Amino acid sequence: MNRQIIKLFGFIVVLFAILVAFTSYWSVFDAKNLKAQKANKRPLYEQQQIPRGRILAADGTVIAKSVAEGRGTGKRYVRHYPMGALFGHPIGYSFEEEGQSEFEKFHNAELTGEESEFGSILDQLTGQKQEGEQIVTNLDPKAQEVAMSELEAAGHGAVVAIEPNTGAIKVMASNPGYNPNSIPLPHKLAKLNTDEVNAPLVNRATFARYPPGSTFKVVTAAAGLESGVITPETTINAPGSIIDEGHELANDGNQDWGDISLDTALTNSVNTWFGQLGQKLGQDRLFTMMEKFGFNAKPPIDLSEEELFESGVYDYETGKMLTRRDPVDLARVAIGQERLLATPLQIAMVAAAVANHGKLMKPQIWNRVVNTDGSVTKRQEPEVYSEPVSTKTAAELTTAMEGVVSEGTGTNAAISGVPVAGKTGTAEVPGNKACGGGEEENQAWFMGFVPADNPKIAIAASVECTEQFGNDVAAPIFRDVAEAILNGE
Amino acid sequence: MSSARNRELTALVPVALLLTAGFAAVFAQEGSRLGNLSVIYGAYFFAVCLVTHIYLRIRLPDADPYLFPLVALLTAFGLVMVYRIDESLARDQANWFVLGLVLFALTIQFLRDYEILERYRYTIAAIGLLILLAPRLPGIGQQVNGAYLGVKIGPLQFQPAEFSKIAIVIFLASYLRENREVLIVGARRVLGVTLPPLKHFGPMLVVWGASMFMLVFIRDLGSSLMFFAAFLALLYVATGRFSFVVIGMAMFTVGAWFFATTVPHVHQRVEIWLHPYHDPLNSGYQILQSIFAQADGGLFGKGFGQGLITIPGTHRALLPAAQTDTIYSLIVNELGLFGACAVILIYLLIAARGFKIALLASDGFSKLLATGLTAVFAIQAFVIIGGVTRVIPLTGVTLPFISYGGSSIVANFVLLALLLLVSDRARREAAEPGGRALALGSA
Repeated sequence: MNRQIIKLFGFIVVLFAILVAFTSYWSVFDAKNLKAQKANKRPLYEQQQIPRGRILAADGTVIAKSVAEGRGTGKRYVRHYPMGALFGHPIGYSFEEEGQSEFEKFHNAELTGEESEFGSILDQLTGQKQEGEQIVTNLDPKAQEVAMSELEAAGHGAVVAIEPNTGAIKVMASNPGYNPNSIPLPHKLAKLNTDEVNAPLVNRATFARYPPGSTFKVVTAAAGLESGVITPETTINAPGSIIDEGHELANDGNQDWGDISLDTALTNSVNTWFGQLGQKLGQDRLFTMMEKFGFNAKPPIDLSEEELFESGVYDYETGKMLTRRDPVDLARVAIGQERLLATPLQIAMVAAAVANHGKLMKPQIWNRVVNTDGSVTKRQEPEVYSEPVSTKTAAELTTAMEGVVSEGTGTNAAISGVPVAGKTGTAEVPGNKACGGGEEENQAWFMGFVPADNPKIAIAASVECTEQFGNDVAAPIFRDVAEAILNGE
Repeated sequence: MSSARNRELTALVPVALLLTAGFAAVFAQEGSRLGNLSVIYGAYFFAVCLVTHIYLRIRLPDADPYLFPLVALLTAFGLVMVYRIDESLARDQANWFVLGLVLFALTIQFLRDYEILERYRYTIAAIGLLILLAPRLPGIGQQVNGAYLGVKIGPLQFQPAEFSKIAIVIFLASYLRENREVLIVGARRVLGVTLPPLKHFGPMLVVWGASMFMLVFIRDLGSSLMFFAAFLALLYVATGRFSFVVIGMAMFTVGAWFFATTVPHVHQRVEIWLHPYHDPLNSGYQILQSIFAQADGGLFGKGFGQGLITIPGTHRALLPAAQTDTIYSLIVNELGLFGACAVILIYLLIAARGFKIALLASDGFSKLLATGLTAVFAIQAFVIIGGVTRVIPLTGVTLPFISYGGSSIVANFVLLALLLLVSDRARREAAEPGGRALALGSA
């Protein structure tokens, strides 16, 4: 019988090997797939047991923290946002059922302490409990507060402020906002989700599809100077209106400006001048410059990707972005109309690049990651995204933009004792459903930077559905936010 | 002479240390009372093992030296695991461990001449079958998850299948010892298939069929699988006819198909096994959570006491029946693939020692008894681990010596006692000059 006993043992060995194989499959080989299963709530519950790292403003103000609820194995951490609606955008939220959004989503790995697999294995072996790291952002609560309250007074819209030489985002405000603390409350969440007109959960700074209007003339001018098609001295005859692709393209009040150069054209936002410049440039040059400023791509910012809109020219019917080979009405694109759509973040990036002598820095909200024991584990190093224009071109653009504020269309942005460079924008959106379909509705803009001779901050402010002009409604917001930041330094 | 026992003692020391370390780890997780409680528990455990060891030294000096330490290792592991799930359950478990050792000692005391079992084989088989019926008796029977597994008489509560499996193995070993020659010689080839002679096969079929019927009657699928596998294993070892196993498998397939289509309870279990995602929150919940818990363990696991058993902030189970059915999933979750492989390895080592005893044993009954007990033990581990890893449908049998449950611990200690009884004699006879030849001559 011994032979059979040995064979029987062999059979048992095979059975146990099958058990090892299946256990390996579930625990290692198929683990990733299993963790992603909808029925699997375990990863969520586990994340709740990890105290998520805090998110701080640049001055140390706590924007988000985790509060322990319950005790023992039932202990879990719930996110709390002490600043309420102020930083609903761009920080977003993080809750068990609702998941994460915006900054909370993008930086989930650091906030949960899951940065490196190696680290967590080491922690397991040493019995170290996983704990989230905290992130200090570049956000300036005082300036954010100014931006939020002024937007609330002005209407729906957004403000973005970028430090030009580092790319640090100091302000990102979107009105209407929401209080992230109300996300876990079902009746409030339902209201936030279904409010399509106000869309409070949409970060307008990164996701709004606004026609940029005349602010885009800075991009057109940059393309003209950089390509050598014009110099600051080149004059173009700017009549009251031109016929473009069979449609009339007119100046404000049909004013005939005669032969003028860039400074006068930008200062007074002369449509026929820039329309002709656009035609002279051709689509290729204009699109190349746009792309260098960040158009036609996801903005390189630390926010969750699905909440970022790629600025560019769109086919409204298919929702597809148009390329440099698609037919577009170039003169109207050159003045920021046609089917050109841009986010306030994109326009702020244009201002920041000009302010930083032609170098566009990657815009970043985070500044550094701080360990639980207080030491900095990671620091954001300023990174050049692109160099759209030369130092010379940047200086020439700055001069022209200073004229806008000192004697042109953007005088409301002036700050006493500080030179300001900027550009207004008033894109007409007649019949826009989001604005109630009124014929006099505008998208009002102001973008620029201060001080013009030594830029500290570049800002874009945009207000939707207003009957006023950029100088009336957006320039004052620009000015007050700029002052708040300059005074804070 | 007692070098075997010295090895046993040496092996028990690290086991006790491991238990101490395990408790220390659990306490460290809870963060509260580290102190010296883990050392006290470790000392208690070692003391109990030491008493058992001394008893073995006196009664069975030549028995296998590794079996008891391996079992003690599983028990220690189980105690820490169950403690980590629920302290009060661990207290029960510790009591059963001691009760199990008492029954272990009594078995060794009174069944020194275990051939006596052969004389009562029909009585033993009858008792084994009758107690299987008990869970369906009104008043004392208990139903859990659609299966009638437990009996409750006053404060006493037990699962008859755990004891029944020993009774059936004793019967089969004895019957096959007597009839194996006839079964081999009398086999007929019918249509190219070798069939056993019905006359001698009959009584065994009756006992086996009755046990199968009982198990379906009480809906204990896990045990029926276990019994069936043990039956085939013994039949194969006794006759050496692989064709009998094939016939058995064919019968099983037909039977399984029949039950899967006609008995709703069985049908449901198979459906859950094949399509767990069909109803992830109800019928598929246990198996899915079992798999998810394993996925979360990875290579190294989350660490003792780190895994989630209930949904945080509630008392709802995230891993249902963590202390019994799905304890293996919790082990994978907390100790990872490596920890789980260690557990499987311990079971494999126990199986190896058990079959070694069977190889050494000189007479047919001892051989078959050791084979049957070892096989039923190993298959029990396979049925439950295979169940929670979706190798086979999940059924409620315990993971021997680890799962929470008195019947399982006590019955398996009786099983261990029988193995050691066989071992002691076999090793002594093998060691005595001439003894071996004599024993072989008489077989």
